[in-house]
Amino acid sequence: MAELHVLQDQTFGATKRRDAWWAEIIPVIIVLGGFGLYATFRAFEGKFYQCWDLGIPYLSPFYSPLIDAQHHWWHWSPALLILGGPLSFRATCYYYRKAYYRAFFLDPPSCAVNDRGHKSYKGETAFPFILQNLHRYAFYLALIFLAFLWYDAVCAFDWNGHFGIGVGTLIMTVNVILLSLYSFSCHSWRHLIGGKLECFSCSAASSARGSGWRFTSMLNERHMLFAWLSLFSVGLTDFYIRMVSAGVITDIKIF
Amino acid sequence: MAEATLNIFRGDSTNGKRVDYKVDVTPGMVVLDALHAIQGHQAPDLAVRWNCKAGKCGSCSAEVNGRPRLTCKTRMDSLPLDRPITVSPMKTFPVIKDLVTDVSWNYAVNKKITPFTPKKDTDWKMYQQDIDRVQEFRKCIECFLCQNVCHVLRDHDVKDKFGGPRFFVRAASLEMHPLDVADRVPMIKEELGIGYCNITKCCTEVCPEEIHITDNAIIPLKERVVDEYYDPILRIVRKITGAKKA
Repeated sequence: MAELHVLQDQTFGATKRRDAWWAEIIPVIIVLGGFGLYATFRAFEGKFYQCWDLGIPYLSPFYSPLIDAQHHWWHWSPALLILGGPLSFRATCYYYRKAYYRAFFLDPPSCAVNDRGHKSYKGETAFPFILQNLHRYAFYLALIFLAFLWYDAVCAFDWNGHFGIGVGTLIMTVNVILLSLYSFSCHSWRHLIGGKLECFSCSAASSARGSGWRFTSMLNERHMLFAWLSLFSVGLTDFYIRMVSAGVITDIKIF
Repeated sequence: MAEATLNIFRGDSTNGKRVDYKVDVTPGMVVLDALHAIQGHQAPDLAVRWNCKAGKCGSCSAEVNGRPRLTCKTRMDSLPLDRPITVSPMKTFPVIKDLVTDVSWNYAVNKKITPFTPKKDTDWKMYQQDIDRVQEFRKCIECFLCQNVCHVLRDHDVKDKFGGPRFFVRAASLEMHPLDVADRVPMIKEELGIGYCNITKCCTEVCPEEIHITDNAIIPLKERVVDEYYDPILRIVRKITGAKKA
């Protein structure tokens, strides 16, 4: 029987876990961080965001809706005018909060792994994180952007007045579908559609809202999946349109 | 027969050491069995709290290889035996002796929550669709693993301001009950301090009853707090209509 002295280790990152707990946050750092860098670069780039000059009806989701593209009153990239909307939706999203609190703020780095343990911890009760409570407003804003992206996706079938489908059309359509699934699996929407009710059977309206809540709950179980898939699809859609617009690749017209 | 080494905390809140014990691993053995074998043959003074040994009483919570677990539901053959298996008391609570912790703080928090309050002359008929949500929360066995793993309590130790996931589950089970009429939202915000939760979902990960604590209890309660305190449009609607909830 061997005896060892106990040290209740309070140091940052200390744990008795044997598994690779850090393996969970590394992909988040890489993917979310990488997307952040790419999106920032594209937002400031201010070109290669549409293919209309080539007769192809594609517009990058980073630049939709396109405002003052001719620089009459806004002298910088038009993306800077609008990206705050989608960014606020993702930044206040309940899933992404978990992901970035763990991966970037290390608060905590993982379950049962010591965080910094600072006594001044305020969570989401003080500025800036108290603003997370405005997630439903970010959701409302995201719906407006979603409407524009659906419009863009429909326009991507309009090739100079004729119905057509290119690879970019398919990419844009898949992207807007994934964004819709991400948006409508949102926890705030789940609350607003019916989660806030105590009784689903009390009236025809509450019964309908109960059905909406159950359907949203089904989507909500996959909210993390939709969050990642839509993040990839937005990035990929923009990247594809940039490549076509810059003449690096040629869009293939399927139909 | 395989042999395992259990590295167990021995001591109390003021003083302690880790001691290695060797046990033979038998088929179907769980960590609690191994602790009982040690208690029976090597360390009769080893303190372990347990009752049902069936994952339903929530008594045998501890940290096995650093992970908050019920020792009665953690099979020895699920753990690597090439290194000692560490068994520690729950970090969030004061140790009484060895693996037994003082969880009485939880019962004090529980008393803050307004109990079930039906309206006068209530009709006790309920429909399944209205109580599905509540039934999930009723699965809680009060093992306090969620309280233990929550970093707000575990690392920041703000027990005076924050109730912890177990009590958000209880508050949600009452707030969402179709026959309950009490308004607990101010209490959830102020006394249980739901704003301290930064929804990192560790409580959900460790729950042995697989209750979706974060998605189904904490986030819906956060949204109810937003309804009442942070949504200016709903505040205006409430003022115009005079409704308590909008």
